[in-house]
Amino acid sequence: MKTFSTLKSMSLAALLATSVAFPVMAATPADTFVIARNTADAITLDPAECFEFTGSRIVANLYERLFMFEPDNLTKLVGGIAESYEFAEDGKSITVKLRPGLTFHSGNPVTANDVAYSLSRAVKLDKTPAFIIKQIGWTADNVDSAVTAVDDGTVKIDILADLSPALVLNLLSSSVASIVDMKEVQKHEVDGDMGYAWLKDHSAGSGPYKLKTWKANELVMLDAFSDYRHGEPAMKRVVIRHVAEPSAQRLLLEKGDVDAAMELTSDQLKGLDGNADVAAQQYPKGYLMYLATNMDHPVLSKPEVREALNYIVDYKGMTDTILDGQYKIHQSFWPSGMWAASLDTPYSYNLDKAKALMADAGVEPGTKITIDTLNKSPFKEVAQNVQAALKEVGIDSEIILSDGKTLWPKYRARKHELIVARWGPDYSDPHSNADAFAHNPDNRFEAKLTGKLTWRNAWDASGLTELTNQAAAESDPEKREAIYAELQQKVREDSPFTIMFQAIGTFGQRANVDGFINGVTSDQAYYRTVTKN
Amino acid sequence: MTDSSTAQSTAVDFSPYLTIAKKIGGGLMMLVLTFIGLTAITFVIGRIMPNDPVVAIVGDRASKEVYEAMYLQLGLDKPIWQQYLIFLGNILQGDFGNSVMTTRPVIEDIKRFFPATLELATIATIVGIIIGIPAGVLAAVRQGKLIDHIVRIVGLLGHSIPIFWLGMVALLIFYAKLDWVAGPGRIDFFYDGIVDPVTGVILIDSALAGEWDVFHNAVSHIILPASMLAIYSLAYISRMTRSFMLDQLNQEYVLTARVKGLNEGAVIWHHAFRNVLVQLITIIGLTYASLLEGSVLTETVFAWPGIGQYITNSLFNADMNAVIGGTLVVGISFVFINMMSDMLYRIVDPRAK
Repeated sequence: MKTFSTLKSMSLAALLATSVAFPVMAATPADTFVIARNTADAITLDPAECFEFTGSRIVANLYERLFMFEPDNLTKLVGGIAESYEFAEDGKSITVKLRPGLTFHSGNPVTANDVAYSLSRAVKLDKTPAFIIKQIGWTADNVDSAVTAVDDGTVKIDILADLSPALVLNLLSSSVASIVDMKEVQKHEVDGDMGYAWLKDHSAGSGPYKLKTWKANELVMLDAFSDYRHGEPAMKRVVIRHVAEPSAQRLLLEKGDVDAAMELTSDQLKGLDGNADVAAQQYPKGYLMYLATNMDHPVLSKPEVREALNYIVDYKGMTDTILDGQYKIHQSFWPSGMWAASLDTPYSYNLDKAKALMADAGVEPGTKITIDTLNKSPFKEVAQNVQAALKEVGIDSEIILSDGKTLWPKYRARKHELIVARWGPDYSDPHSNADAFAHNPDNRFEAKLTGKLTWRNAWDASGLTELTNQAAAESDPEKREAIYAELQQKVREDSPFTIMFQAIGTFGQRANVDGFINGVTSDQAYYRTVTKN
Repeated sequence: MTDSSTAQSTAVDFSPYLTIAKKIGGGLMMLVLTFIGLTAITFVIGRIMPNDPVVAIVGDRASKEVYEAMYLQLGLDKPIWQQYLIFLGNILQGDFGNSVMTTRPVIEDIKRFFPATLELATIATIVGIIIGIPAGVLAAVRQGKLIDHIVRIVGLLGHSIPIFWLGMVALLIFYAKLDWVAGPGRIDFFYDGIVDPVTGVILIDSALAGEWDVFHNAVSHIILPASMLAIYSLAYISRMTRSFMLDQLNQEYVLTARVKGLNEGAVIWHHAFRNVLVQLITIIGLTYASLLEGSVLTETVFAWPGIGQYITNSLFNADMNAVIGGTLVVGISFVFINMMSDMLYRIVDPRAK
């Protein structure tokens, strides 16, 4: 018997040892903003290289650019390091006066030399996002003479390509054009790398926050910058915790261990409804979901068939069901929430009209096509919906699901027939998407303009290439806006694209948090406006 | 008497030492061969993966010049056997290259992420031993009784319930509802950086530094994920203990011992259990090694910054240096634990010598 009592007491002790209650601290400190997010995509915080969602959001809070959007108006460039600017009469250069008295986190003053160094550094390092400012005509060889310091507080910027001033300003407002602290960066230069190795996980900016720690897959910690030009932010510290699992994010949010959870599914957001301590927040995201036809296809390239596709998409049905809370109806190539976006949505689900158009085109019943899309929700559900509607109008389709690594190369090789795909802008100017959806200077296969959706779908863009160039070069903002309106309408009416939906960003937030602003692009995430009650 | 004993003491018998030396030599030889095999396999897998290591570093919009410069810098123009030799040479010097994702040397990352997994796996294995072995013995001794059924059912559940799901449920109950333990993560962020890493194991480091707040917080965080893994280990250990024990209890020597009038406790612990222990060493070694392999799902649910999550994220980012380094370290520790349990086995069981 003694044996068993020993065994029992051992087991009991072990059980107790693992289930002792530990009182836990809930609620984050009053001056700290804690975010739960999947940060697995973050690979660098160097603004000259960063092109990932998580990284861009952080970089936007560490650095300032010459021109920036302020959180109270995300469609108008007003802020930034520039106090004023003036274009030369020929539109080929800008003279920018810097705001006086600005300092970097290090205490060094922000000078014209820093601006020249930063832009030149981004062009010379030539990392992924460098193409954005290289559109200004800059190369590693000419950028030093194109961007020069006139005096400490004045920069002269030469525009070496035929671009609208507004477009140039927008390009200079992108993350890659962030201004870094030249002295600080040069201090950490190794073998002439312009601080590349060091700046990946350090910061040298003049933004509202400075980087305290970045532990990949664990957390990012930012400290408020007391000399920031709008004053020290209310949140003295921002912590972004790496939590990959959305259910875990939700638990942390509900318990008050984090103030915001960025990747909650729509089901989870609905589940928060009854909880007064937390609230679901939405913001427009720049991602568009569209249907595209390969113009090399004998049937899909017919104008009537392409028009019919606009009527077989059950826009409302899908946003009410499978896309509920994740996407909204949007039918233009420039997303809403951005300057010059067209909000017209003339198309709706109308199978009779689609049938008539198919008949006009002489499409034989039982015609077979394939639909390529991503092997994940909601792409496959949308493709199934399209497949069902196509069946109704006499086309038998087969859906091919692939992951991105297989799908995108196939798309870039023009080997698809019909595709359900997505696209997001690279910077805050309609030219970013016009260039993809309406511009194709060379439709030959050998041209390999794989960055353009027009080329990928073998569409010569029927006269829109010139109009896109014209819009990019137009200096009058009103005229420019009018050209984009025309471009969006023309692409809607006659192109291989049926633009269907725009993504909606959603996140959960504690009820005592106020002022956390998220815009259409990743770099419109503002921590400095956050307050807690 | 005197003569013979003198003669014996002068002619020292080295043979037992030689045997041990041979065993150790053999073990080391095995380790070297396994190391070469492992590096070769991980290297080849790394190279035939559909991910382009150059694109992972320079991005897919980089110019042709930048791409080619990185291609040359990574030595990808050399024949594959030459690349392997360079790779092997670097590893022997402790250089796995840099991680694209964390930008730091992979070896530094491993030093940070591996202890987190080690901490979790060690606690889970210890709990598995403390609960699993007595439970298994009890079940065997009381075969067919209620306690036996309970142990068997718990064993079956522990082996078949998805840890991912169980982890979420446990978080919901013990963290969200009851408030007994801390939630996902290894430590609350406001304790982060207070204790300097010495061993990398927060529980040890904070205790060494006398930072009991930090220690307490770390314990509170580790309880749930360690318990999840412990359920898996104790399920396996108790099941195997029960089966080994039943085997022994049916042996003749147990009957003899009982007939000789030894009390039941002595029969079970001194006779039967000693034989079971030998077999259990291998089982425990296997369990520990499999937990170290990186419990990706547990680490994901509990936002635990361990080696499993590190390797998985590296795969998604096509960060091949990190994948190869991480896989290799896990592989080596697997071999090492097996070797250790093999040696322990020989020490405990004289017959194995």
